[in-house]
Amino acid sequence: MTGDPASSDTPWLDQGAEPLIKIRGVTKKFGDFTAVNNVDLDIFQGELFCLLGGSGCGKSTLLRMLSGFETTSTGTISIDGIDMSNVPPYERPTNMMFQSYALFPHMTVEKNVAFGLKQDKIPAAQVAERVDDILKLVELQDYHKRKPHQLSGGQKQRVALARALVKQPKVLLLDEPLAALDKKLREQTQFELMNIQEKVGITFIVVTHDQEEAMTLSSRIAVMDEGEFVQIGTPTEIYEFPETRFVAGFIGSANMFEGRVVEDGPDHVRVMTDLGEIYIDHGQSVREGNRVWVAIRPEKIHLSKEPPTEPGPNQAIGMVDDIGYLGNTSIYKIKLENDRIIDVTAPNQIRPKTRTHRITWEEKVYLHWDASSAVLLNK
Amino acid sequence: MTDRSVSAAVDVAPHHASALSRLMRRMQSGWRSIVVFIPYVWLLLFFLLPFFIVAKISVAQLVIASPPFTDMIKWTDDGVMSIRLAFDNFAYIFEDDLYVKTYINSLKISSISTILCLLIGYPIAYGIIRSGPVTRKLLLFAIILPFWTSFLLRVYAWMGLLADQGNINNLLIWLGLIDEPIRLMYSEFAVYVGIVYTYLPFMILPLYANMEKLDATLNEAAADLGSRPTNTFLKITLPLTMPGIIAGSLLVFIPATGEYVIPDLLGGGNVLMIGRLLFNEFHQNVDWPTASAVAIVLLFLLVLPMIIYQYYQAKATEEP
Amino acid sequence: MYGRRSRFLTFMLGAGLAFLYVPMIMLVIYSFNYSKIVPVWGGWSLRWYESLFKSEDVWNAVVLSLKIAVVNATFATLLGTLAGLAMVRFGKFRGRTLFGGMLVAPLVMPEVITGLSLLVLFITLKKLIGWPEDRGFTTITIAHITFSLAYVAVIIQSRLTGMGETLEEAALDLGAKPFRVLTDITLPRLAPGMVAGWLLAFTLSLDDLVIASFVTGPGANTLPILIFSRIRLGLRPDINALATIIILVVATGVAIAAFIMYRQQKQFQRDMQIAFQEEK
Repeated sequence: MTGDPASSDTPWLDQGAEPLIKIRGVTKKFGDFTAVNNVDLDIFQGELFCLLGGSGCGKSTLLRMLSGFETTSTGTISIDGIDMSNVPPYERPTNMMFQSYALFPHMTVEKNVAFGLKQDKIPAAQVAERVDDILKLVELQDYHKRKPHQLSGGQKQRVALARALVKQPKVLLLDEPLAALDKKLREQTQFELMNIQEKVGITFIVVTHDQEEAMTLSSRIAVMDEGEFVQIGTPTEIYEFPETRFVAGFIGSANMFEGRVVEDGPDHVRVMTDLGEIYIDHGQSVREGNRVWVAIRPEKIHLSKEPPTEPGPNQAIGMVDDIGYLGNTSIYKIKLENDRIIDVTAPNQIRPKTRTHRITWEEKVYLHWDASSAVLLNK
Repeated sequence: MTDRSVSAAVDVAPHHASALSRLMRRMQSGWRSIVVFIPYVWLLLFFLLPFFIVAKISVAQLVIASPPFTDMIKWTDDGVMSIRLAFDNFAYIFEDDLYVKTYINSLKISSISTILCLLIGYPIAYGIIRSGPVTRKLLLFAIILPFWTSFLLRVYAWMGLLADQGNINNLLIWLGLIDEPIRLMYSEFAVYVGIVYTYLPFMILPLYANMEKLDATLNEAAADLGSRPTNTFLKITLPLTMPGIIAGSLLVFIPATGEYVIPDLLGGGNVLMIGRLLFNEFHQNVDWPTASAVAIVLLFLLVLPMIIYQYYQAKATEEP
Repeated sequence: MYGRRSRFLTFMLGAGLAFLYVPMIMLVIYSFNYSKIVPVWGGWSLRWYESLFKSEDVWNAVVLSLKIAVVNATFATLLGTLAGLAMVRFGKFRGRTLFGGMLVAPLVMPEVITGLSLLVLFITLKKLIGWPEDRGFTTITIAHITFSLAYVAVIIQSRLTGMGETLEEAALDLGAKPFRVLTDITLPRLAPGMVAGWLLAFTLSLDDLVIASFVTGPGANTLPILIFSRIRLGLRPDINALATIIILVVATGVAIAAFIMYRQQKQFQRDMQIAFQEEK
C-alpha cells in the first residue's frame, strides 16, 4: 500500500499535492463539553476517507461542521481553497447522505432526487436527464414515481445516495451510510458504494462506528476518540501498525502486554513481558529500560502441540482454557503459566471430524510468532 | 430507529390486536358485552335518539304549518308527500332572507377566524417546536392553561378591553392616537377577536402535535441540497404540516360556525350568527320547528367538513 | 444546531402569550377596583369580593355546578373508559362503526344542536313516561355526561393504543383469565388516563353554558348560567372578582394536576423502558 509517493492512489504521500479539504485547528464546544478538540486534517481529491470511532467521539460533529450544520468554535475548514466559515449549508459544495436518509416523505423518488438540482435553477429537461442517469447508476430506474414509504431499506439508501450525488458535489458526506441495513445487505452495499465512488470520482467522507466497514471502504481512516484523531492511515497501516493501545483494541482484537525494553537495536527491539521475550524486527525510538506496551494480533500467533526445536524469543507455553468455534476460524483461549489468558485464532481448514491433530480443551500447547508480528505501542 | 423496524411494528400491531381480541372473545363474552352495552345504550338514547326527534319535529310541524309552496309541485303518493314537505321546509328556510344571510355570515366569520387563527397559531406552534426541550414543555403548558379556565370569563375579559370606556380605547386616547372612543364592542371585529382568542389553542395544539413528528433532518437535508430557509419552509415544512393545518382548522371552524356566546356577548344584535339565531328562536320566540329545521341545516353544513376531516385523518394514518 | 428559533418566531411567541394572558391579567386587576364602572379606576378595594361572598345566588350556583361537575366527571369517566376499552381492545363487534361515530360526533357537534336535541328528548320523554319530572340537576348532568364521555373515550383510546398489548399478553400467557387481566393489568395502567379524563370532564362541565341553558329548568342556575345572565347586560365588577377566584382555583388545580401527571408520565416512561428492555 505504501507504494510510489507520487502515485495518484496515495496523494497524501505527495508533499506537493494540494488537499481538497483542509481542516486546521478545528474545535467544537457545546457548553462545557468539547466534542472536537483542535484537529488538523487534509483530505485529497478522490479519496474515500473514513472517520471511525465510537459514539460520542466527535466524528458526526466533524461531519456536520463540514456540511455547515454546525459552526466551528475555533479553527477553519476550507474546501477547494475556499474558507467555509461563513458559507451556509445551502451554498457549500458538499452534499450529505443522512443516517436516517432524510428522504422527503411527500415527494416521489424522482422529485426527491431532482430537489437539489431545482435549487440551482437548472432547466427542467436537464434535470430530468440527470435524474434518469443517477437513478440508473443506483439501479432504481423503475422507481421514479414511488414514494419513500413504498421502498425497502436498501432502496431508500440508494435514493438518498442518488439525491446527494446528483448535484455532483466536490465532497460527498456520508453519515453511517450502511448502519440501517442488515448484515448481508450491508456487506454487498459496501462494494457497490466503492464502485459508485470510483465511477463518479467524487471525494467521499464516511462516518462510521463499524471498523469492518471502514476497513473495506476506505482509502484512509482517521480513528477518533474523545474529539481527537488517534491515528490516521490506510486500513493496512491502522491494522498492522496501530500506534496506541486504543487503536489496537478498537480495530480488530489484540493481545497486549506491558514490558520493559531490554535491547534497542537499529533494526530491532527486544522487550521482556509476561509472555516471555518478544523480538520485534522493526526499529522504533525507545530507550533500554523503558516501560512499553506490545500488541500481537490473535491470528499472528501459531499454536502447536509439538515443542519448538530450539528455545528463543517469541515463544510461550500455555494450556487450552476454552475454544470458540466460529465456522471459518476458531478462537482459542490460552492460559499461560502465569495464569494470564490470551486469544489465538486459527483457520479451520480441515473439518473437525477428520482432523487428527486437533487441539482440544485442557491440552498443553506451544505458541510462537514471527519477528514481524508484534507491534510496539506508544501509549 | 430504522424504517424497517417501524414498518415491522406497524405490521405486527393489528395482528396482535386481532389475536388477543379473538382469544378474549372466546374465553369470556359475558362481561365483554356489558362493557360495550352500557356506553352504547347511553349514546343511542341520549345522543342519537334526540336527533331523530329533532328531525321528526321539523318535518311534522311543517305539515301543520302548511307552507305557501305546496301548490308548486303536485304529488299523488302519500309517502313522497312527506318528503316534499320536508324539502319545502328547507326551501322555506333558504327563501327567508334572515336565515340565508345568517348562514352565510356565520360561514364568513368562522372562515376568516379560522384563517386568522392559522396565521397567528402556525408561527407560535413552530416557535414552540424550535425551542429547547424544557422551554417547549413550559410554552405548551402556557398555551393550554387558558383552555382550563372558564370560556365565558375569557370572553368577558374582552368586554372590559373593548368597551367604549374600556382599556384599549383608554390606551389609544392616552397615546394621543384618537380623540374620542371608537366603537369596538358589538361589532364583527369584536367577534373575530373573541373567536381567535378562545379558539387559538385548538389551532396550536394539533399543529404542534403534527410538527413534533416532523423529522428535523429533513430541513437539514433540504439546506444541504441548496435550499434557502424560505424555500425549505414552503417546499418541505408546509406540505408536511398540512394534516395539522387541516385538523386545527376544522377544530376552529366547526365550533366557531355554531358559536353562540361570542356573537351574543361581543357582537350584540349587530352580528348575525346561526348559533345565536337558533338559540334565540328557541328561547325567545319559542319557535321549535324553525329552530329544529335550522339545527338540521346547520348539521348538514358541518357534515361536509367532518367528512373532509375524516378523509384526511384516514390518509394521515395511512402514510407514515 | 442549524435553524434555531428565528427572531420572528420568538416575537410571535411573545405576542401570542401576551394576547392570551393580558386580557386575563386586566380582568384580575379590575376585580380590585373600587369603582362600580369596571373600566374606570377608582382605587384598590376588596368590596366586590365582599358582595360576592354575601350573594346567596352565587353560592347556590357554585354548589349546583360543583355537584353536577363531580357526578358528571365520575359517570363520564366510567362510561368513557368502557367505551375506550371496547373500541381499542375488543376488535370487531356488531355496530362498531356506529359506536365509533357516536363517540366522535359529540366532539365536533355545535353545542346549540346538542342542547336543542337533548331538550327535545327530555320533553318527549316526559310526555311519554313522565320522566324527568323537573329539568335541572338530573337533565344537565345527563347532558354533560353525554358529551364528556366522548372526551374521556378519546383519552382512554390513545392511552390504550400507546400502551400496546405486550403486558396483557404476558398475563394471559401466565394463565390469567381475561377479566383478571383487565382488572389487574389494564385498568391500573389506565389509571393516569382515567384521572386525566375525570379532570377534563369536570372542567368541561363547569365550563358549559349553552347546553345547560337548553336543558335546565326554572330556578336551576349553574354558575355559567348565572354569570352569563349578569354579563349580558354589561360589565360588572363582582363578576371580575368571581373570575379572579375561578382563575386562581383553576391555575392552582391545573398546576398540581400537571405536576402529578408529569411525575406519573415519567414513571410510565420508565416502566415502558424497563418493559422494552426486558422484551429485548
